[in-house]
Amino acid sequence: MSAVLQNLVNQPYKHGFVTEIESDIAPKGLNEDIIRLISTKKNEPAWLLDFRLKAYEQWLKMEEPKWPNVKYPKIDFQAISYYSAPKPKKKLNSMDEVDPELLRTFEKLGVPMHERAALAGVAVDVIFDSVSVATTYKQKLAEVGIIFCSISEAVQMYPELVKQYLGTVVPVGDNYYAALNSAVFTDGTFCFIPKGVKCPMDLSTYFRINTEESGQFERTLIIGEEGSSVSYLEGCTAPKFDTNQLHAAVVELVALDNADIKYSTVQNWYAGDENGLGGIYNFVTKRGLAKGVNSRISWTQVETGSAITWKYPSCILQGENSVGEFYSVAVTNHYQQADTGTKMIHIGKNTRSTIVSKGISAGHSNNSYRGLVRIAPTAAGARNYSQCDSMLIGDKCGAHTFPYIQVRNQQAKVEHEASTSKIGEDQLFYFAQRGIGNEEAVSMIINGFCKDVFQQLPMEFAVEATKLLEFKLEGSVG
Amino acid sequence: MIHQDSKVLLEIRGLRATVNGIEILKGIDLTVRSGEVHAIMGTNGSGKSTLAKVLAGHNAYQVTGGSITFEGHNLFDLEPEERARAGLFLAFQYPIEIPGVSNSHFLRLAYNTVQAQHGKDELDPLEFEDFVREKMKLLDMNPDFLDRGVNEGFSGGEKKRNEILQMALLEPRLAILDETDSGLDIDALRIVTNGVNKLATKDNAIVLVTHYQRMLNYIVPDFVHVMQAGRIIKTGGKELALDLETRGYDWVGAEHRAAVEAEAEA
Repeated sequence: MSAVLQNLVNQPYKHGFVTEIESDIAPKGLNEDIIRLISTKKNEPAWLLDFRLKAYEQWLKMEEPKWPNVKYPKIDFQAISYYSAPKPKKKLNSMDEVDPELLRTFEKLGVPMHERAALAGVAVDVIFDSVSVATTYKQKLAEVGIIFCSISEAVQMYPELVKQYLGTVVPVGDNYYAALNSAVFTDGTFCFIPKGVKCPMDLSTYFRINTEESGQFERTLIIGEEGSSVSYLEGCTAPKFDTNQLHAAVVELVALDNADIKYSTVQNWYAGDENGLGGIYNFVTKRGLAKGVNSRISWTQVETGSAITWKYPSCILQGENSVGEFYSVAVTNHYQQADTGTKMIHIGKNTRSTIVSKGISAGHSNNSYRGLVRIAPTAAGARNYSQCDSMLIGDKCGAHTFPYIQVRNQQAKVEHEASTSKIGEDQLFYFAQRGIGNEEAVSMIINGFCKDVFQQLPMEFAVEATKLLEFKLEGSVG
Repeated sequence: MIHQDSKVLLEIRGLRATVNGIEILKGIDLTVRSGEVHAIMGTNGSGKSTLAKVLAGHNAYQVTGGSITFEGHNLFDLEPEERARAGLFLAFQYPIEIPGVSNSHFLRLAYNTVQAQHGKDELDPLEFEDFVREKMKLLDMNPDFLDRGVNEGFSGGEKKRNEILQMALLEPRLAILDETDSGLDIDALRIVTNGVNKLATKDNAIVLVTHYQRMLNYIVPDFVHVMQAGRIIKTGGKELALDLETRGYDWVGAEHRAAVEAEAEA
């Protein structure tokens, strides 16, 4: 790879600072006592402790998945602290009571915790290590009946709702990391959009890992009742450490009849340095159940961070005419590894799904798309369209596509298209010959490549995603 | 056309260049003045396209000797994008496809970059749309072509028209057309060459790199240069191209060898 391209793809991480704040950290290690400790600290009802213990029991019997196309040393689950919360953890009545150090941290990250601040029209739940520290616009949303709060708060305030839906889309024993999460999850976001309500603003959660030896295990549950709609955004960053931190989240979405849930992620966890030291292991289970007729679940993700990404936001299309969508941009650089994609499980009649995946690999990184399209015997008239495009920058990186297609109904239609391209010297030279410099050229090529996905993002997020990619893949041309 | 108060735009002296360590250009001398049209002809592998790419600054080619001045500046001091902004334009033999980047976005960025260089106003997307549509008429191009990806899925002829459209937008001082005629049917050739002729003024110059005489029926050169094995071995007027068309290239080579031998004996 030429020096020009080399410079273009090597960029420092700008969210890598640590906040000096006193934290309440649980002793390292995982056992029943720790789970009981978490449950007690959070003042949970007995059923939730049972849920956790059941998950733990299953987890003990399970093995880490070996099939992803990623390599990493064995994780020592006893060396991780499963609870870390900034002190003091007292009940906050208003944003003014949030620790100023925390406010500064999120301001630095560009996350507005004051409702009057920049991103007007977006309600934010802010999660710092294991706990939610603030949720904005709660009152305004409550006026139309929307519940938007941390999952800990929901457990206290709306235990029946949480109990009704928690673990129904991702069962406690679904997979190794989902089981782990179900045992030790500490916080996350809860959204409930009641019947017929169109959420008047985008809802958003911002995740920040701060402590070196803690994992982040958040749990998100979004429920869209009949005829409701919501657009939800998620952003994440972490400081730079030489060690790896584990992030094992579970996200469950439930869409009832005619409900529409749009879930967008811009993931920018610390990816490790240029030699592959440090970074987040992002092992996440995200799944949506399109339970009702004509319901729709749409995932859009821009994955730029993490040392390792293992993530397959999926849709179970159970309701007749339900729709599942997956739009993804995954960027890897240096020694990052990503094995990401989706699962579209067609059960209901005339269910439709669209998969658009764009993988960009640079440096020594490895980028895999892994996707499953399953058409059940019941899914007459089901349709799927998948498009997987890979772009290589340089000649030391890899792009892989693993599509799995299982069709058990004769009246279904499944299409798959894939392509691989390369940003080459000749493309850059063509731009240069028209007066356009390398930085701008790379940015244009990448944005052109990702256009179909960026178009799916809410406006503010699309701008941020574009900047993030430019930041990650271009910049300091020497 | 050759005229009295023309200025030297390009001066190449003793230019040598290699690719992957193999010498392709072995001492090129060429002077191009404003208002002139030069045709560089020769067989495959004679170094014509290499000369075009070295002028534009492609980094696969290493210059190993000689000098090039462009409007009085040492061309080697300029990066490829600086050469473009200074008014040196290359119409590519094989224009590059850039999927997903809309042609109109690309054309506007190129146009505004050059405008900014000259301290002129940049155009917003709406203004540019009107401006570029006017220019497209010159090349008989369908406006829906603005919304497509740059050269993405274009036919050979469409790609070449897109190159000349860029020339029309950027109004270069020196335009090098590298085998612009290849892959064009006779109608497209007429449209493209007609477009080029309309862009020729007394202040700019055109260098046509071509294999065949047929383009020179439409764009009439003031000078025809024959390249062989990395050198210009013969220079003449437009009639030289007709000679080449009827007699082929071999006789020029033979004549050149004889001249070299005669010189050696004397």
